[in-house]
Amino acid sequence: MAAPDQIIYMDNNATTRIAPEVLEAMMPYLRDYYGNPSSMHTFGGQVGRAVALAREQVAALLGADPGEIVFTSCGTESDSTAILSALQTYPEKNHVVTTRVEHPAVKNLCDNLELFTGRKYHTTRLHVHSDGTLDVQRFRDSLTDETVIVSAMWANNETGVIFPVEEMARIARERGILFHTDAVQAVGKIPLNLRDSAIDFLSLSGHKLHAPKGVGVLYVRKGTPFVPFMNGGHQERGRRGGTENVASIIGLGRACELAAAKMEEENTRVRALRDKLEQGLLTSVPKALLNGHPQERLPNTANISFEYVEGEAILLHMNQLNICASSGSACTSGSLEPSHVLRAMGVPFTAAHGSIRFSLSVYNTEEEIDFVLAHMPPIIEKLRALSPFWEENK
Amino acid sequence: MWDYTEKVQDHFINPRNVGEIEGADGVGNVGSIACGDALRLTIKVDENQVITDAKFKTFGCASAIASSSVLTEMLKGMKLEDAQKLTNDDIAQALGGLPKEKMHCSVMGREALEAAIANYTGAILPMAQGEVVCECFGVTDLEIIRAIRENSLTSVEEITNYTKAGGGCGKCEGKLRQLLAESSEPATAAPAGSARPRRMTTLEKIKKIEEVIEREIKPGLKKDGGDIELVDVDGDFVTVSLRGACANCYSSRTTLKEYVEKKLREQVLDTLVVEEDR
Repeated sequence: MAAPDQIIYMDNNATTRIAPEVLEAMMPYLRDYYGNPSSMHTFGGQVGRAVALAREQVAALLGADPGEIVFTSCGTESDSTAILSALQTYPEKNHVVTTRVEHPAVKNLCDNLELFTGRKYHTTRLHVHSDGTLDVQRFRDSLTDETVIVSAMWANNETGVIFPVEEMARIARERGILFHTDAVQAVGKIPLNLRDSAIDFLSLSGHKLHAPKGVGVLYVRKGTPFVPFMNGGHQERGRRGGTENVASIIGLGRACELAAAKMEEENTRVRALRDKLEQGLLTSVPKALLNGHPQERLPNTANISFEYVEGEAILLHMNQLNICASSGSACTSGSLEPSHVLRAMGVPFTAAHGSIRFSLSVYNTEEEIDFVLAHMPPIIEKLRALSPFWEENK
Repeated sequence: MWDYTEKVQDHFINPRNVGEIEGADGVGNVGSIACGDALRLTIKVDENQVITDAKFKTFGCASAIASSSVLTEMLKGMKLEDAQKLTNDDIAQALGGLPKEKMHCSVMGREALEAAIANYTGAILPMAQGEVVCECFGVTDLEIIRAIRENSLTSVEEITNYTKAGGGCGKCEGKLRQLLAESSEPATAAPAGSARPRRMTTLEKIKKIEEVIEREIKPGLKKDGGDIELVDVDGDFVTVSLRGACANCYSSRTTLKEYVEKKLREQVLDTLVVEEDR
């Protein structure tokens, strides 16, 4: 077992630690205040008030109204709810626009719309440039009178590259097209203000911003037509049936409050740590390449390819040193093919298989960055000495 | 996280016999960087037909490196005729087993050994002569049939775990099922690759699509003042660009699906999906 106090955790785009303040806020609702928020008695009703506070905290981080926040079980549920709601609202339209680099939660849904709706859809999957950015003009041209909904992620989970979703949402709005964004990686890392945007739906996930796993949010703009995904009780004003995951919702509220307070630190100190790590690796390791646009990116993510070596092998050597990160290589997924994001960007196979994603959080320290910078070059060197492709290409 | 045995971890962290033998008697190269793993095995054989030395270089994951490493240990001092009898399962066993999704690493070790021995004896490798079934990873029917028989495979998923075939676009699944059915009844199995229609390579597919567009679709659209150009072929997704009158036409979606896609499905491949590049 790897002890939590011994690890260097740089895999925060996969999941994050629960902030101590978040856990503290949750504990009373796991231990003592077990009432149902919908109950008539005070014992339950007070829990309902705590959930209402959490809703306000989430809304404040997003620049939204509390009435626009629907609690769900995860980011994936939020994505499915938004997209399927739009398709049911306008059954006569048959075109969906998304991108080639979406998270599987959106990608696999959009690939199988017929299965879920019984209707045939034409799906435009927008290309990205080699730096992972999107061409807004091509997006504009992709919209037709048949387009029901656009689903584009705010920030990419693998590269951290940011899409201009606010501009895209305005363009969609002009055409009367609904706009959904999977903002699971963006929320808490960059400032958002939905009140000033034309975004109709936004998904977020608790465990990516130091709240627990198993809770998410779907933002539904006031006035946007909505068809529920989970029908049942009157919870969430009939928009999502099912008794609330009370403690986690309260944790998520507190996490949003913390994220707002730490937003500046994330974009200064964490960004500086990321830049130090990135620049250090790109200069100390030959044939190391940055995947993704250098600026249009989340402050915490660095995706670097080490050519002619394979990602899983790198990760396991890092694991020996208790460094946690992830890779876009085929072997780490079990899917046999490297990341669809890197392939969509046209990253060559020599580099795609050797990609490592470092994703930091406010809990990372400069000492940890120095440790990683000291230990990565020998790992890559050792693996390259094994690689039949290194000698001829170095 | 894969569940690797201690033996796998040991061979991965401390690989044995890394490198290339200068003036090797046999060299075996298998895999490619595109596929995500590759192995170069070099062997030295003495006058008594005994392998005196073996070295490897591997690009790949932990189990690929460990499989190569343990293979070189097994080979040293082994008679060539015994080495010829080694199976992928022998390699996996020597490592205390491999996760099922990683069995293809042991298969790669065995194939490199065969290639090295063939290089030494001057024989021609039979496996490479089969018909390519999985275009993504370049796996032939002969390789798949052997993996099915030797490892008693019973599902397409297992074939993928052992040979990688079917692990990319998944288009060859039907063919894999067919091979599975044939190989499990050895008495009636047809000689591999003989009577079945040959599969299209990606290149052939693109060429054929181009041909149909030029010969049939373009002239049809030009009659209405439109034009079409092929932009990209990505698996079954064909991206085209509509020009001229078609570009701004409201019924261009209908044109795309009812005309272009229909034609291409009829004449090239019935799984093609045509999309417009905008």
